[in-house]
Amino acid sequence: MLPDAFRSAGSASFSEFLTQHAPDQMPGAGRERTPEHTGAVDGVTHGTTIVAATFPGGVVMAGDRRATMGNVIAQRDIQKVFQTDEYSCVGIAGTAGLAVEMTRLFQVELEHYEKIEGTVLSTEGKANRLATLIRGNLGMAMQGLAVVPLFAAYDLDLGVGRIFAFDVTGNRNEERTFHSVGSGSLFARGSLKKLYRDDLSERDTVTAAVQALYDAADDDSATGGPDLARRIFPMVAVITADGFRAYSDDETAAIADQVVAARLTAPDGPSAPLI
Amino acid sequence: MTQQFYVSPEQLMKDRADFARKGIARGRSVTVVQYADGIAFVAENPSQALHKISEIYDRIGFAAVGRYNEFENLRIAGVRLADLRGYSYDRRDVTGRSLANAYAQTLGTIFSSGGEKPYEVELFVAELGADPEADQIYRLTYDGSVADVRGWAVMGGTTESVEQWFTDHYTAGLDLGAALRLAQSALGHDDAAPREVPATSLEVAVLDRTRSQLRKFKRLPDAVVAELLGE
Repeated sequence: MLPDAFRSAGSASFSEFLTQHAPDQMPGAGRERTPEHTGAVDGVTHGTTIVAATFPGGVVMAGDRRATMGNVIAQRDIQKVFQTDEYSCVGIAGTAGLAVEMTRLFQVELEHYEKIEGTVLSTEGKANRLATLIRGNLGMAMQGLAVVPLFAAYDLDLGVGRIFAFDVTGNRNEERTFHSVGSGSLFARGSLKKLYRDDLSERDTVTAAVQALYDAADDDSATGGPDLARRIFPMVAVITADGFRAYSDDETAAIADQVVAARLTAPDGPSAPLI
Repeated sequence: MTQQFYVSPEQLMKDRADFARKGIARGRSVTVVQYADGIAFVAENPSQALHKISEIYDRIGFAAVGRYNEFENLRIAGVRLADLRGYSYDRRDVTGRSLANAYAQTLGTIFSSGGEKPYEVELFVAELGADPEADQIYRLTYDGSVADVRGWAVMGGTTESVEQWFTDHYTAGLDLGAALRLAQSALGHDDAAPREVPATSLEVAVLDRTRSQLRKFKRLPDAVVAELLGE
């Protein structure tokens, strides 16, 4: 028989249901026993750089494929951009284990609401739910295990792509143009600042994002560049009125190959006019 | 002092069954039809907001007749059960069979417990397989019995004449349009005088094998239904 908790009237939030009915499954359960420590923890996988940029009619998100564990490359082909519902995605930087768990819960949270209520959450509503989940991880973040996702969505009501960035306390910050998170984000952001224009096509925006990741990988040891020998390229996702679409390996490879070919003659990439 | 009268268990169960059956027969019928690319749920339901059909999980759909508050309660419990299992294990570990079992246990317990009144509902739980042979459709009644259905099924309202229409006209491997036309005319044969059920008062949803997303459930808007019916 279905337990009473399943049949009781309650909210449409899956995480609230989980907290009440199966608290051991909530992210952070049992972590009160984690020993006190500060600074970086050994043997923990970290995800690195994510970039996102809007274009007329949508938004692009791209992430490199490297995961690090201290000075070691833990994984060469990690997936760090996840579809969260038909019109949104999350890119994760920081402690990979916690970030992936948080993303999974966020995915179920959106889908659960949609099924119970019969309607989708507003874009702000989705961003606020994610902020709450991030805030729930604050204790871990203070111990050096931070999770910093970047959220991108196509807003069906406004007809535009939108980007939301967060800090570890769940402070929500909407970016109208482009943004980047993770260890290589400073370099990626600087690069996008010079390349980004708000009237670029989808394809050009993806190229700018791949350029930014190349620049991040150029200067940040934890960010992976295009791996030509193994044919591993950044993960690219685009969200438009038609919904979420992840680029196939072949599509991304074609763009990455162009970028790499141009860098053979100009290693620092395209230059912007001085004035 | 009031005297407790003896009521035999047979009489008690019969009374409860009659009570539940009466409630279920009051509404309109809901049908489920297998077609070439999936499973279609068709209900006569003029309301655009209060659904009789809904999504439970990636490949699992739900339809119900009877008292709204009771089947809505079961629907939400099903969504919670499925989402919790998918989150704790994996999306592939959520099955229609385990959901049908949970519903059967719940309905059965409520039916035979002395205190609560029995639920006046009947449910379909359908799970889309990799091919039509692997599709599974379960019909659950108010007393917790489960039946495995193939091809088509009807519940709620006056089912005999609707079932007769399906028996006479159903063939396997229909396309979606043909399946919807069949369901529409079957739903219209719930009375001595057949009537035309307009597309706008049909609630239609499909579990579509050809859908590229993981979630195969799709509600069809009125315009699409009208087009498929050739109206």
